[in-house]
Amino acid sequence: MSDYETFLLDGRPVRFERGQTILEAALAAGHYIPNLCHHPEFKPHGSCKLCTIKVNGRYGSACTVKAMPGQEVSSDTPELNGNRRVLLQMLFVEGSHFCPGCEKSGNCALQALAYDLEMLTPHYAHFYPSRPLDASHPDVLIDFNRCIMCELCVRASREVDGKNVFALAGRGVASHVVVNSPSGKLADTDFALTDKAAHICPVGAILPKRVGFAVPIGSRTYDVDAISTLAERRATEEA
Amino acid sequence: MSRLETAENPQKLKRIAIDPVTRVEGHGKVTLLLDDADRIHQVRLHIVEFRGFEIFIEGRPYWEVPVTVQRLCGICPVSHHLAAVKAMDLIAGYGPLPATAEKLRRLMHYGQIVQSHAVHFFHLASPDLLLGFDSEPTRRNIVGVAQDFPEIAKQGVLLRKFGQEVIRHTAGKRIHGTGAIPGGMNKALTPAEREEIRRDVDQMIEWSLGAVHMVASLHRTKPEFYNRFGEFDSSMMGMVGDDGALDFYHGGLRAQAADGSTIFDHVDYSTYEEVLQEEAKSWSYMKFPHIRALGAEKGWYKVGPLARVQVASRLSTPLADIERKKMMALGNGKPVMGTLFYHWARLIEALHACELIRDLLDDPDILGTDLMADKGDRRGEAVGVIEAPRGTLFHHYRVDENDQVTFCNLIVSTTNNNQAMNEAIRSVALQYLDGRKVSEGLLNHIEVAIRAYDPCLSCATHALGQMPLEVDLVDASGDLIHRARRNMGAPT
Ligand code: SF4
Ligand code: FES
Repeated sequence: MSDYETFLLDGRPVRFERGQTILEAALAAGHYIPNLCHHPEFKPHGSCKLCTIKVNGRYGSACTVKAMPGQEVSSDTPELNGNRRVLLQMLFVEGSHFCPGCEKSGNCALQALAYDLEMLTPHYAHFYPSRPLDASHPDVLIDFNRCIMCELCVRASREVDGKNVFALAGRGVASHVVVNSPSGKLADTDFALTDKAAHICPVGAILPKRVGFAVPIGSRTYDVDAISTLAERRATEEA
Repeated sequence: MSRLETAENPQKLKRIAIDPVTRVEGHGKVTLLLDDADRIHQVRLHIVEFRGFEIFIEGRPYWEVPVTVQRLCGICPVSHHLAAVKAMDLIAGYGPLPATAEKLRRLMHYGQIVQSHAVHFFHLASPDLLLGFDSEPTRRNIVGVAQDFPEIAKQGVLLRKFGQEVIRHTAGKRIHGTGAIPGGMNKALTPAEREEIRRDVDQMIEWSLGAVHMVASLHRTKPEFYNRFGEFDSSMMGMVGDDGALDFYHGGLRAQAADGSTIFDHVDYSTYEEVLQEEAKSWSYMKFPHIRALGAEKGWYKVGPLARVQVASRLSTPLADIERKKMMALGNGKPVMGTLFYHWARLIEALHACELIRDLLDDPDILGTDLMADKGDRRGEAVGVIEAPRGTLFHHYRVDENDQVTFCNLIVSTTNNNQAMNEAIRSVALQYLDGRKVSEGLLNHIEVAIRAYDPCLSCATHALGQMPLEVDLVDASGDLIHRARRNMGAPT
């Protein structure tokens, strides 16, 4: 018996292996579904809701819903993309995502998604948070004004680095990522530049120091291809 | 300083305001106080907004600053980019830049000079000069120029575009690029990019030379008017290389008195606070710098094209140097001081920058790939200075051991020219308005004088769009004079 079965994504059959989520199967097959808190090396988190799809007419998160034979999944529809734009707009106004002055520009998943989904304005009133920078660590800088709370750093530090440097604190709109040390400063943890968590932030919140704008415009991750095109091309190359 | 700065009995006088001054970058306002016989008693150029960029930059990591500081102003972002990066080269501990990196930065900077000067002359100033100061106001704009002088308008557009392309190839984008990074440049110039710019440069030199000749011939039509309009004696300052030639990118500071004698020369700009002092006045948010040795009354000075072309001993490119000599000959051995000479000098500089661009493109170093300097010890404090299109631009930073900026002081070109612009409009007010019924055409004479300086009032007030800011203005003893808040009070 073959290991492969299929579901329909926007009318096209997608093959999957048992146990894969819809997002994993779609990405592996070269079909992009927008996502932010997903990372192939970590367990699904299901918090950003960018990957929201419709499975047999009902909303679900592509990163958590398992693929099943015969599912009819829609993703690239005006309605779902409209919802995604709203989510992005809310993320943009909740933090300080001032792309022209941010060294992550061109390498930032949030910015790349906003371009790809044609988010033209922030639409909502800016919150303008002013969270102090944590520059205490010799090699890594944190600007939580740009954090989108994907918790990838929390997960990477706990699961890969075995350190638990980051945690989520507060509830609801007040929830935010904190550094797990008595002073709350990164310098007072055993965090290191070589940690997985130092290189996993999809936006410009956790940054290796003194790199800045070393990569010229034109050579950055999303300069040439949109985030969706890039994901699709990677899948083809891996296949 | 002119007696027209402050009237003796302002309550008895009538007030005229030009608000906003048009065809300048940013928002400025002029007020005139006149008595019943229309005699002028007070003239002031006010900067009515204050947006404190320096406060915003505090706390940010130093390597980010050369990019973020460009947001001061969309008019000459490259100037801020380069002044900041020159300071951050030192803060980060880098030694002298490899030849290629410095030449690429120069190329970017000269592109900015051409771009900015073209915009100023063709878009903002030429309507007055070509159509007349008191021509029909609804036609006194670039559209009017394009109708009457289509060839000139076209050259202006293409010169500007040429400058923008030079910037794009060196900085990655036409505005707000990232090319210069502490220690060097992030991108080499490819042979194809070099060819693309090189192809057009001879045409640009020809057109900018033509523009210089056009201003010279305008001058010949009414020499007395051009010589005397907004004429007043002042000191002047600019940056020169070791050989005394004008250097837009790097050198020492030179200041000269109105008679051409030297006040200081080859001053290391990192010691600018020893030679210059900034003073605040209650009626303007823009500070008034002056030369310390001469004091606040006499020590103010001009910067920008007219100042630096004349304080320099020469220009290093042949065509521009000839034109400089022709203009200066009109001073009979003394510097020329008429406000309208700014336009002439500005176009000589555009020509000079085009020639410099050609020379750089013909230099094999420009295609080099050695882009980063060697790194040594970090520093806590540094100053970066360049000659921006509008004049000398100072960026001064302190950075702590965590790499965060703790102090930032900027003296932008327009601030350096603050007193000079005030003197210029007072001089014009006395020449043309005193005792006469005020008309739109006469008031435009005041604006013409301001425009000649190409003031960038948005960057002089450190504008930053709608960024949230809380700004404290403190006096010399540290007492709070004024607190401005905007878009504050959001959740943290
Ligand atoms: S700091 Fe970065 S990785 Fe961590 S939660 Fe925020 S956005 Fe995600
Ligand atoms: S990627 Fe699925 S919820 Fe974030």
